[in-house]
Amino acid sequence: MPDKIKFTIDGKDCYAEPGQTIYEAAKANGVFIPVLCHYEGLKPVGSCRICSVRANGRWMTSCTQPVTNGMVIENATPEVEAYRKAIIEMLFVEGNHFCPTCEKSGNCELQALAYRYQIMVPQFPYLFPKREIEAFPGFLLEHNRCIQCQRCVRAIQTEDGQKIFALKNRSKDLRINVDLKLAARMTEKEVQKAMDICPVGAILKKEVGFRIPIGKRKYDQKPIGSEVEENK
Amino acid sequence: MSKPVIATASLAGCFGCHMSFLDIDERILELIELVEFDKSPIDDLKKFTRPVDIGLIEGGCCNAENVEVLRYFRENCRILVSVGECAIMGGLPAMRNLIPLKECLEEAYLNSPTVAPEDRLIPNDEELPLLLNRVYPCHEIVKIDYFLPGCPPSADLIWEALMALIHSQPLKLDYPLIKYD
Amino acid sequence: MDPIRKILQKYKRDRTRLIDILKDIQESEGSITQQAIELVAKHLKISRAEIEGVITFYHFLSDRPLGKYAVYLNNSITSEMAGRQKVAEALEKETGCKFGQTSEDNLVSLFETSCVGMNDQEPAALINGVVFTSLNEEKVRKIVAGMKRGLAAQEMVEEYGDGANGHELVRAMVKNNIRKAGAVIFDEFTPGQAIAQALNKTPEGVIEEIKKANLLGRGGAGFPTGLKWELCRQEKSDQHYVVCNADEGEPGTFKDRVILTERPQMVFEGMAIAGYAVGAHLGILYLRHEYTYLKKYFEYLLQKMREEGILGKNILGRGFDFDIEIKSGAGAYVCGEESALIESAEGKRGEPRDRPPFPVQKGYLDKPTTVNNVETLAASARIMLRGSSWFRTLGTSVSAGTKVLSISGDCQRPGIYEVEFGITVRELLEMAGAQDTLAVQVGGPSGNCISESGFGRKICYSDLATGGSFIIFNRRRDLFAVVRNFLDFFIEESCGWCVPCRAGNVLLKKKFEKIVAGLGTAQDLAELEAWGKIIKSMSRCGLGQTSPNPVLTTLTNFRELYESRINKKADFIPEFDLGQAVMDACQLTGRKFKEESENAR
Ligand SMILES: Cc1cc2nc3c(=O)[nH]c(=O)nc-3n(C[C@H](O)[C@H](O)[C@H](O)COP(=O)(O)O)c2cc1C
Ligand code: SF4
Ligand code: SF4
Ligand code: SF4
Ligand code: FES
Ligand code: FES
Repeated sequence: MPDKIKFTIDGKDCYAEPGQTIYEAAKANGVFIPVLCHYEGLKPVGSCRICSVRANGRWMTSCTQPVTNGMVIENATPEVEAYRKAIIEMLFVEGNHFCPTCEKSGNCELQALAYRYQIMVPQFPYLFPKREIEAFPGFLLEHNRCIQCQRCVRAIQTEDGQKIFALKNRSKDLRINVDLKLAARMTEKEVQKAMDICPVGAILKKEVGFRIPIGKRKYDQKPIGSEVEENK
Repeated sequence: MSKPVIATASLAGCFGCHMSFLDIDERILELIELVEFDKSPIDDLKKFTRPVDIGLIEGGCCNAENVEVLRYFRENCRILVSVGECAIMGGLPAMRNLIPLKECLEEAYLNSPTVAPEDRLIPNDEELPLLLNRVYPCHEIVKIDYFLPGCPPSADLIWEALMALIHSQPLKLDYPLIKYD
Repeated sequence: MDPIRKILQKYKRDRTRLIDILKDIQESEGSITQQAIELVAKHLKISRAEIEGVITFYHFLSDRPLGKYAVYLNNSITSEMAGRQKVAEALEKETGCKFGQTSEDNLVSLFETSCVGMNDQEPAALINGVVFTSLNEEKVRKIVAGMKRGLAAQEMVEEYGDGANGHELVRAMVKNNIRKAGAVIFDEFTPGQAIAQALNKTPEGVIEEIKKANLLGRGGAGFPTGLKWELCRQEKSDQHYVVCNADEGEPGTFKDRVILTERPQMVFEGMAIAGYAVGAHLGILYLRHEYTYLKKYFEYLLQKMREEGILGKNILGRGFDFDIEIKSGAGAYVCGEESALIESAEGKRGEPRDRPPFPVQKGYLDKPTTVNNVETLAASARIMLRGSSWFRTLGTSVSAGTKVLSISGDCQRPGIYEVEFGITVRELLEMAGAQDTLAVQVGGPSGNCISESGFGRKICYSDLATGGSFIIFNRRRDLFAVVRNFLDFFIEESCGWCVPCRAGNVLLKKKFEKIVAGLGTAQDLAELEAWGKIIKSMSRCGLGQTSPNPVLTTLTNFRELYESRINKKADFIPEFDLGQAVMDACQLTGRKFKEESENAR
């Protein structure tokens, strides 16, 4: 394999195509690296930081960083995993996540990661910020649960590239801002796409929810990432 | 050696966690063999009668009485466990944390359309426990040793946790046991 | 609506001018109304949501109506130390308006703002873009009286500062306070000669000379300038760009302000030299909003340079074209980070980019771009004049040349010191007339807080690196207040893009406050340190990666302060206070709270 890139993840020899990110290459080698803001087909933005690894000793986000020949990657080490866990916990206390009432519960990627990391209680204090729920013609935006991953910003745009979802404010007040006029013109399919692409229960198509019974939901039985790991 | 003693309390919770506890079904007979119960709604004991090994707390703290009970438990229990989302993060009662107490009470007792005009009064009876400005997770008030998430936590999780504590063994968690709903 | 149409026409359909458009609209209309947003959206064919995103990102843009006078009072630590609190109270009293609000008669809006680059003359404020320095209660009374009489902010500036501050196109009360002029930056400079020298060489020759001079970036990171130019030059592209980073937002830094005031042409020539080296024909001076009082002056000088043939088409008849455009931010510290700066220069929210690609590969408009600090570019011009060998006789072997430091805080002579690298902290303290010094913050909040045991350390890239900020605290200062101020700064200035910086800093501050309040345990202290490290490791850009430094460096150098606050015996102390928690309920029900009612038991 002349053109292949050779690298290691936690000591395991892995191979990648040139141009692949660490995340993509790891996946192809049956190694799970958690992601939240990343979504296949969308340009990575490196916002959640959950996919961080140590590559040649330096912290990098695997969804943005191309893998290079000879790279030595620490992925499932206690330190890396502890730091990722902290990111998940930060997201839980930064918003208001009342899972028992949430339409996305059981299918939520944030929650699924918390399960995978066996988080019984966050190490951080709950901040209980005041956030709004906004209603638009086809959907609700539940700011309490939004993790500002920008998947919606990237995935849902008008044909001529105008942003329907955009970021607003900065720092701890960073929020998703929906363009009222453009949102009103969203088709049902687009709304469905927005809801599906949102990793958490922040975008809710009206008049659906709690459709799948408990036990049958995406992450009820098997941890997130097991699909990658079964691929070894 | 005497049997470990267990106590339980429901603070700002819905008794769902206690119900789930009882859901361990026939294993309860096994449990009765292994432990004794002290102060608990299950046996209706109102005061601690001896030092307790394991205290199980359901619900967070929404009023001064919750706080006092929780502190009383901490003083009397060697190990204190937050059981359920309410104890861990306030749970559904903590949805009021997003609204100032004043607005909550005014909405409930003064402005709501279901309040008859002559009943418009924020309850101020001295017997009622004073409400806290928000609902607090138990571990913000006393030291909590273990946490069992879920709303309610499954009977299996409660069982596994109790067995681990009673036998002083590490808790091993099968994936489906940890749930927040 | 006519003025808005006019503004839109002026900038054509250039998306990169969005911030300029919004600033002009705000200046003309007082704020950016929904109607205006609608018009801009149509004109530029971008969504309103995106425009709102830009407005809400920048501190000085507002979609809510502002008073006739918008006052932005600096809240940096040096301002605090110089009596900001009293000035703030006087402002509120005289205007009858609270901070964060607009007075009922719409005369005044009061806001706080991060460091405005005037630390040697605090408390300072911007009023409708005009800088007011060394404020006190007396001056506030006068200013507010002037507002009530309807004077323009500029009319209230009674005395001008020294040097070019007094130029008719500047007319600022700002003082230069140059306490020590060195050989590189503040020595005499005759315009036109540096670029001439550069054009005598090939572009590769210029890069070679800068490399030989061992010039390292003066903006803080210390990247070798010659190498940066080389990397940029090597990228194949139809366009290359030079960007001069004049965002100078690190609290305690004000040296670029003074360099730009007194040696602007040297900086512009440095840009042209960089342009020649990398193959660029356009340079962008990204000037922080707080320094826009210098903009007209710069435009005049640039025009003069064009007329003299040292800028523009066919410079000095040697066939090299290079021009300079001035762009401004609108108040965001993170825009000093080079990739965020580029985003902002493109008229967007100033959010850093992921790297790779680096700006030298894909920068402004995705073209290869070299971003250099003001001082770096000025130093390049000097190197062209005096040569690399001469340059290397200054400073140390690793850190050649001089560094312009901005010294502020507890000392008799705050101001600008151009010194050779290798100077010790102690020597600087003596020069500045500092006594009884407890700590020095080197490199601003993102840098290092050092104690007396570190005063023998040297200012240079291999020991104490600094972009120029040097803040002195004497023994009467509360170091926790300093750390608090810095943590608030980072919370305010985080762009919010990534989780550790956005959420982590809020949590870090909470833990810090718990410890300072005397409610910390050994575990809390351990967590403070651990959380700091998580934020440092996991954050996306230099802001987040340095934001816990106020805590981490004081934990290293002043650990005993923290140790004395914690309770070593307790294994758990709650922040919860029952009496406090029932206060609202007591008020609402008119009841009194008695601790420990027996019925609970
Ligand atoms: C949050 C942040 C703020 C920065 N602010 C500035 C600044 O105000 N001025 C500056 O020259 N560099 C600043 N930098 C450094 C720039 O990213 C960049 O390294 C520098 O402009 C390169 O120029 P130099 O090589 O000449 O130093 C900042 C970096 C970060 C992370
Ligand atoms: S979004 Fe996910 S984590 Fe948040 S409340 Fe819903 S299920 Fe829970
Ligand atoms: S709404 Fe959903 S997809 Fe959009 S940023 Fe928030 S969490 Fe991400
Ligand atoms: S570290 Fe802070 S400033 Fe930098 S990208 Fe992340 S949130 Fe923005
Ligand atoms: S998945 Fe890589 S940063 Fe979010
Ligand atoms: S009472 Fe058990 S989770 Fe709320």
